[in-house]
Amino acid sequence: MAKTLEMLVNTLARNVEKHKEMTSGNLAFAEAMRQINPDVVAAYPITPSTEIPMRFAEFVADGQVDTEYVAVESEHSAITACVGASVSGGRVMTASSANGVGLMHEVFPIAAAFRAPIVFGLVNRSLGAPVNIHCDHSDSMPERDSGWVQIYCEDAQEVYDTALLSVRLAEHKDVLTPVFVCQDGFITSHCYEAVEMLSDEAVKEFVGERTPHYPLLDVDNPVSYGSFVMSEHYFEIKRNQMEGMFNVPRVYDEVSKELAAYTGREYPMLDCYRTEDAEYVVVIMSSAAGVVKDVVDDLRNRGIKAGCLRVRMFRPFPREAVKDALAGKKGVAVLDRSASIGGTAPIASEVKSALYDLSEKVPVQEYIFGLGGRDFFPKDAEMVFEMLEENDYTSDARFIGLLEGDK
Amino acid sequence: MVNTAYTTIEVRWHGRGGQGAKSASAILAEVLFEEGKHVQAFPEYGAERQGAPIRAYNRVSNTPIRRRCGVQNPHIVVVVDPTMVESANPSEGCREDAIYLVNSTEDAKVLRERLNLSKAARVLAVDATKITLEELGQNRPNAPLLGALSHVFTDVSVDAFVEHFVSKMRQLPAPVLEANKRAILRGREEAIIA
Repeated sequence: MAKTLEMLVNTLARNVEKHKEMTSGNLAFAEAMRQINPDVVAAYPITPSTEIPMRFAEFVADGQVDTEYVAVESEHSAITACVGASVSGGRVMTASSANGVGLMHEVFPIAAAFRAPIVFGLVNRSLGAPVNIHCDHSDSMPERDSGWVQIYCEDAQEVYDTALLSVRLAEHKDVLTPVFVCQDGFITSHCYEAVEMLSDEAVKEFVGERTPHYPLLDVDNPVSYGSFVMSEHYFEIKRNQMEGMFNVPRVYDEVSKELAAYTGREYPMLDCYRTEDAEYVVVIMSSAAGVVKDVVDDLRNRGIKAGCLRVRMFRPFPREAVKDALAGKKGVAVLDRSASIGGTAPIASEVKSALYDLSEKVPVQEYIFGLGGRDFFPKDAEMVFEMLEENDYTSDARFIGLLEGDK
Repeated sequence: MVNTAYTTIEVRWHGRGGQGAKSASAILAEVLFEEGKHVQAFPEYGAERQGAPIRAYNRVSNTPIRRRCGVQNPHIVVVVDPTMVESANPSEGCREDAIYLVNSTEDAKVLRERLNLSKAARVLAVDATKITLEELGQNRPNAPLLGALSHVFTDVSVDAFVEHFVSKMRQLPAPVLEANKRAILRGREEAIIA
């Protein structure tokens, strides 16, 4: 806290240099990478995140960064190289999407258990089959139990800010956990819009240098990674790993306040838009939150107490904050952009679980929307609020915008 | 020319892959951003191949833009390819008072009939293909269409369009740049409003 205040005072005194430019979610992430100047980037490009390694490779070729860029032959190799570089003590970043993320799956829990603070630009795209290049969250959701932090961004500005923030969050000695910075494929990654960026000096000052803990290259203090561990100790090691994730909310709060002193923007783990006095709340993630917020304003003008709860931090899931935000509501609809086939969709499952402790039940309706890039319009959000007002619930998930009908 | 009662102006571009509709929407967004507007530019990504029909969109507002869905009810429609007047159904979902900018050799009144528009709608016709064939020796209709759009976004001068185009295309050889500048100005001058 003292450090935050100090930063704030410094900022006011220094007047941080910023500029606004037209860019996209992908290019904003790549620009943040240039300013962060990581030690190692290993990547294997895939749509829609291709522009991130493509632009970054240009920075490397033009000598704008000192990064060791490792062009590999698959996503599995990309993330493996990242893990090796990270545990050696380097600051490491990469990016991928869809089946590329799927191919990395085996290595994600290893990265997390090695406490390798990799920052990963995950541009959300549906998992095949059928082959589809457009957005849904079916690539990142299978990784929700891989031990990585997951942050979902609403727009390109948030992508840029979150990239900077995540370096500090991941590398913090109390966290040491890799971070996915998620953005919606095409919708955010390819939309051309204005983003305010800090000067290179300000970014350099904010991210600082990585202080590695137990690096492989510290030959005076040799350590071993990837050892074989029997049942006697495996459980304890996994329990110990969880501490890093448990510390995320506290460190996130500190680091995001510190970044806010530079940018003037702060993103809480939950974006509570007009939820405080709302009767009906839609819970959603990423880019589709914008249209829900527009509909909330329209409904408010018509006297309907609507609100939008955007989940920005999905791992760790801010359970207590969700419970506090939704307690006492007349109705809640949770909109997932992925399905857990045969089970409850990821966000709905978390929200229902968070509300379980409440003495007074809050009704929750589960919706699936937007798979494979199916667009989500104001009329869709209006329909969801209307059904909440009509107290219309089903025990199964409903589907929004299906050609064969919603039910 | 745009009804200022609308808080956000939405634009839909109809073109063919390789014609530059996506670039044109991005340049329009940049010009309006330079003029202090909040903007978005995004194409509809499908199977990308030369000549396939494509759509691109803009949103322009004086306040931050939150929605990111496709544009369904545009205020402004730009038809980059003359053959798309019927095939792309440019008036789909449009507002009554929408403005249509069409790259066409035809008279704006004829286009109004072909598009089957109400009295509230307005049509701007400009032969952008002819202009760029004469000025650049290539069919690249973007520059004249952007020039003609300065009739629509009246708070942006045609000079702003030209200046922005020039600063973005600085790497082009001087004669090409000059030709583009002339194409923008001719687009504005030769656009016929009905």
